[in-house]
Amino acid sequence: MWPRLGVGAVCAAVAVAALPATATAAPQPAYGFGRPATAQEIAGWDIDVRADGAGLPPGQGSVAAGRGVYGQKCAACHGFTGEGGPMEALVGGAGTLASAHPVKTVGSFWPYATTLFDYVRRAMPFNAPQSLSADEVYAVTAYVLFLNHLVPQDAVLDARTLPQVKMPNRNGFTSPDPRPDAP
Amino acid sequence: MVPRRGVLKGAAALAAGTTATGRAVSQSRSNLPPNIPEWMKTQGATILSPPYGLPSPFEKNVIRRQRTRTPTQTAATTTTPLQDLQGIITPNGLHFERDHGGVPAIDPDQHRLMVHGLVERPLIFTMDDLTRFPSVSRLYFIECSGNGSWNVLPPATTAQESRGLLSCAEWTGVPLATVLAEAGVKPGAAWLLAEGADAAAMTRSVPIAKAMDDALLCYSQNGERLRPEQGYPLRLLLPGFEGNMSVKWLRRLKLGDQPFQTREETGQYSDLMPNGVARQFTFVMEANSIITFPSGGQRLHGPGSYEISGLAWSGRGRVTGVEVSTDGGRQWRRAALQEPVLTKCLTRFRLPWTWDGAPALLLSRSIDETGYIQPSRAKLVAVRGLNSHYHYNAIQPWQVAADGTVTYVA
Ligand code: HEC
Repeated sequence: MWPRLGVGAVCAAVAVAALPATATAAPQPAYGFGRPATAQEIAGWDIDVRADGAGLPPGQGSVAAGRGVYGQKCAACHGFTGEGGPMEALVGGAGTLASAHPVKTVGSFWPYATTLFDYVRRAMPFNAPQSLSADEVYAVTAYVLFLNHLVPQDAVLDARTLPQVKMPNRNGFTSPDPRPDAP
Repeated sequence: MVPRRGVLKGAAALAAGTTATGRAVSQSRSNLPPNIPEWMKTQGATILSPPYGLPSPFEKNVIRRQRTRTPTQTAATTTTPLQDLQGIITPNGLHFERDHGGVPAIDPDQHRLMVHGLVERPLIFTMDDLTRFPSVSRLYFIECSGNGSWNVLPPATTAQESRGLLSCAEWTGVPLATVLAEAGVKPGAAWLLAEGADAAAMTRSVPIAKAMDDALLCYSQNGERLRPEQGYPLRLLLPGFEGNMSVKWLRRLKLGDQPFQTREETGQYSDLMPNGVARQFTFVMEANSIITFPSGGQRLHGPGSYEISGLAWSGRGRVTGVEVSTDGGRQWRRAALQEPVLTKCLTRFRLPWTWDGAPALLLSRSIDETGYIQPSRAKLVAVRGLNSHYHYNAIQPWQVAADGTVTYVA
């Protein structure tokens, strides 16, 4: 335990007085620093998408629309068919994971299609992250999955259908950590 | 011992034209006894030149270096020059870097930390809020899970290239548990998503037990505010866990009942085993060590007394011992551990050695408080194969040749 400062106790008292009545069931904050985050503030920053689809925004995108987004905003770095160069490949590697030269891509390795949406929404395109609309992210996600033969050419993805896409390596991960394993 | 080694190092340098760190050596004798050195005959530089001090220009080769060529310079890695450092603290300018979207330039007044999800009170903190909490300062190492190499590296590999994704500092901040208590963790919260304010919006899932244990929200590093490349103005620090999880430029913590399955804990930072199955959520950096002198790229000049010196560490706690072999592992001797020996912190070890001038294979292995002994490469590869990419902690041998040159051996 670190030393509690006098200032903490004073602030705690202030915080308790300022708290809304609804929060009474839980332990009260000790210091009362920070301020409540509004629903609107949270909505703007809450960009993560979970494996079960929680966090997927409204909207939708087709493979056809994704082809356009991809050609314009991704192909220069990841190759026209996702084969890679100059940056990482987004397709290929099926059947290589247990070989001497595994190729880990979205198609061969990633366990969840939702992770693709989450990652593209937060980090791609590399030169303009967080610039795509929800529809564009759905569309380009659909297109990358199509390039990996994981959705048909006429697929349209949204918050309901994206979590249902079956990834080939869905069962390719183990936890918890088995180490120490080589002492 | 000290003067002798200095002379040897100098002499070796003359032979090579440079010192071990690559600095050019002057041939002039005019500053040596019995002459009065020229820097005694005139006033030196004024104070405040510069206001923020820099190392001597003679140390200009003691720098971070890019580890491997990457297609971009913002999703990239640099290493700490372990072979040039003493003690256990990494100077802030030499702390290794690993970024996935470059180093953002964040105005601390416009930086916010949001805490939400399974909490009673979603909160937003300013940096002033966070620095007002009771603080702690602790010494911890940070090591990238990609440190060490499963591939065999060239003989010229240095300690920096072998294990330089490793640094150690005194970190100051507020325990994460304190801040989470302010928000009120709801029952059922088992994981926490940490998100950075960089162009990668880096995200990792952290088990709540770790968050409540020794996790820190840090704003200072070795006494000064964090360096931009270390997450200024705010970073998470998860002692002993793989560096990537200590999310830099921290802007958001979201509590949930399951891991968030981000790219960095599925496609990346998972360990592929020979059977094609990958281990996920392998967080701890296991016991490790490296001899920093003599190490790859350095040179011994002639037989005689030397001090073998290196670093040992474990993500599971304290280092309890380091054993050193100078004959390729036939005999091992206990090295002396320099105080302080702290949990999840670098520990400096030393062992006096008289080199007889014959080829010698130097090894070090660390033992931690759980009784774990750092494995050989053969043992590690036998279990994990060659494709797991992360968490390589095998013994690093250095070959000393009869001419004193020191080279890497896998
Ligand atoms: C300016 C070049 C560039 C552009 C344009 C770009 N990317 Fe990337 N992409 C990268 C880099 C670099 C990485 C690796 C980042 C890292 O190392 O963390 C990457 C990684 C990825 C990954 C993760 C691959 C893996 O296996 O981990 C996906 C998926 C991806 N990009 C999709 C896209 C999509 C979709 C677009 C278009 C909307 C796009 N990228 C546009 C450079 C680019």
